[in-house]
Amino acid sequence: MFRSHVMVCGGTGCSSSGSHKLIENFEKEIQAAGLETEVKVVQTGCFGLCELGPIVIIYPEATFYSRVQEGDVKRIVSEHLLKGRPVKELLYDETVAAGLDTIKSLDETTFYKKQVRIALKNCGVINPELIDEYIAYDGYEALGKVLTEMTPEDVIKVILDSGLRGRGGAGFPTGLKWKFAAANAADQKYVCCNADEGDPGAFMDRSVLEGDPHVVLEAMAIAGYAIGASKGYIYVRAEYPIAVKRLEIAIGQAREYGLLGENIFETGFNFDVEIKLGAGAFVCGEETALMTSIEGKRGEPRPRPPFPALKGLWAKPTILNNVETYANIPQIILKGAEWFASMGTEKSKGTKVFALGGKIKNTGLVEIPMGTTLRTIIEEIGGGIPNGKKFKAAQTGGPSGGCIPAEHLDVPIDYDNLTAIGSMMGSGGLIVMDEDNCMVDIAKFFLEFTVEESCGKCSPCRIGTKRLYEMLEKITSGKGTLEDLDKMEELCYHIKANSLCGLGQTAPNPILSTLRYFREEYIAHVVDKTCPAGVCKDLMRYTIDPDKCRGCTACARVCPVKAITGKVKEAHIIDQSKCIKCGACMSTCKFDAISKK
Amino acid sequence: MRRISTVPFKGTKQQEQELSAWFEENRDMPGAALPALEKAQEIYGYLPIEVQEMVAKALDMPLAEVYGISTFYSMFSLYPKGDYQIRVCLGTACYVKGSGDIYENLKTKLGINGGECTPDGKFSLEACRCIGACGLAPVMMINDDVYGRLTVDALDGIIAKYK
Repeated sequence: MFRSHVMVCGGTGCSSSGSHKLIENFEKEIQAAGLETEVKVVQTGCFGLCELGPIVIIYPEATFYSRVQEGDVKRIVSEHLLKGRPVKELLYDETVAAGLDTIKSLDETTFYKKQVRIALKNCGVINPELIDEYIAYDGYEALGKVLTEMTPEDVIKVILDSGLRGRGGAGFPTGLKWKFAAANAADQKYVCCNADEGDPGAFMDRSVLEGDPHVVLEAMAIAGYAIGASKGYIYVRAEYPIAVKRLEIAIGQAREYGLLGENIFETGFNFDVEIKLGAGAFVCGEETALMTSIEGKRGEPRPRPPFPALKGLWAKPTILNNVETYANIPQIILKGAEWFASMGTEKSKGTKVFALGGKIKNTGLVEIPMGTTLRTIIEEIGGGIPNGKKFKAAQTGGPSGGCIPAEHLDVPIDYDNLTAIGSMMGSGGLIVMDEDNCMVDIAKFFLEFTVEESCGKCSPCRIGTKRLYEMLEKITSGKGTLEDLDKMEELCYHIKANSLCGLGQTAPNPILSTLRYFREEYIAHVVDKTCPAGVCKDLMRYTIDPDKCRGCTACARVCPVKAITGKVKEAHIIDQSKCIKCGACMSTCKFDAISKK
Repeated sequence: MRRISTVPFKGTKQQEQELSAWFEENRDMPGAALPALEKAQEIYGYLPIEVQEMVAKALDMPLAEVYGISTFYSMFSLYPKGDYQIRVCLGTACYVKGSGDIYENLKTKLGINGGECTPDGKFSLEACRCIGACGLAPVMMINDDVYGRLTVDALDGIIAKYK
């Protein structure tokens, strides 16, 4: 028995800021202090508050050390672990705020207080590389229950009754998907897991895979039993090396324990899982494209129908769910459909994980009950906008979603509400933007992404998104007209109506939603030829304040196009017709004399 | 951008043997083309047309089909990469915090476009989508080293470390 556990985050965010080194250092220092039989160091999955990484949590008190540096380890060991005195100045500010009698624990902080962790239940709690820790937290109990006490019909009924909808984006009822696939007889069926998280700015699935890989394996086996499949594939991005490694370890351990493979729990049920690496193509998040990619081809989507439940992978009945959807399944089986359905809104049950990013204080991963408002997520859990800036928009759904303005901050989040206000749930990326972000530029950013990622199979998407991008480029370079705005809107609706798959059907959303809520910003670009946020380079002017300029000539020397002229010790002038707006002069000036507008 | 590389192919016998060994083991795998190209890129560092020909021959597939797959996925490179691969995250979270400026600045500093390699073979530059370190935004990676909370001013110092 250990009296204390030191949990060090081993997720991608914290690893990037050096948490591996911390683990080594903790082990070394603990040994040096002779505490190795009393204190255990555990490498866990993501705690969620990536902004403060690397994070170290010490149990049983749940004290929260943030941005821990290698040099801090020795003090934490000698003070906290040896003498029982937490090192206050290294703790997360909020837990040691003035006026508190005791140090706040992790769960009492505003970031965690309003969260409900179902999909992320084990993330940051267990060591993801040890199956015994997963089992100690009820792991594989749901699979045992399903195999020994329930019929496949019972399983599907529980999932249907729970109201669980796909967490990958479109929100199709999971139980219904399973029911369709179960109804189609075939000699072979497949269970697939979509871990090809391509939305730029979303990392929910990766955190589950890194923090709790067994939950996905268990849920896939349950799905296999429900639809009558003996084989599963996890399609995961090769860009997620830590997740892939932990999945491989988990699959090996599950096979060794007889929880994957033949005759699981002596019930005659066979199920095994294989990993397939994606090679970086956003369209492969679309279900038919993903299956084509598993077949080893160019990952292009196929027309539906036939739906995968009838003809999916290698033309056999197949179900595909995403990582977060699977992460909910074992607990729904153990705690019942009513428990799950008691959370959330009328049509969206349970919780949703969001990856909070952009202009927000607490960047990281949050899991909240459906129906929570954006305001709660951004202002309370997220800690608001840094540097005293004003909130402008929240972007959900990535390249398929839209920007939500301040007037809709109080809408309870669920699938249907987000669609109604012109965005979508998507996989869960939530990027906050402030007054310094230009909405036309953001729309252009997403269109650039879809132009690059369009697979090219159907022309509305291949050609249409390119034309949209060109129009946006015209507008941001100050050459757009009001007529362009109308033309662009019309083209958006054409692309939505005529594209083959979800990528094209949703690609115009970033434009449509910004046109709807930030039209005046487009008009400023087109009519006034200005960019109110000061982002679009072609619409900006760099000027030198003659009162502040000392005539040091530094800017003239650094200007790559010789647009700046002036005599030594006299005020300089920028020739606007030559200026390429590179900004080199402004970052060189020591007297703050150059401004851009 | 996706042309056939003009850099002469410098594959060794040993690399070829490693690839053939993989084929011996996995020839019957359903959908082998994608994993085969992943393996080939791991061995050679990139996928010149000579290597794609080997894959096509081993799997008894038309070269056009193999080329179609290697140009479809962004992870495959038809160009050799530099000793130091710089990847700037242009995911949304990094972009709204200014990674676009970082990327543009690096292009100027290195004198190359995205997807290219400096003439001395030292640095190659590419944009990437979300590496998941959004808490450190804006972020770039040089090989396996992650640099977070970047500013344009910090770039010279970072690049100098690798020169």
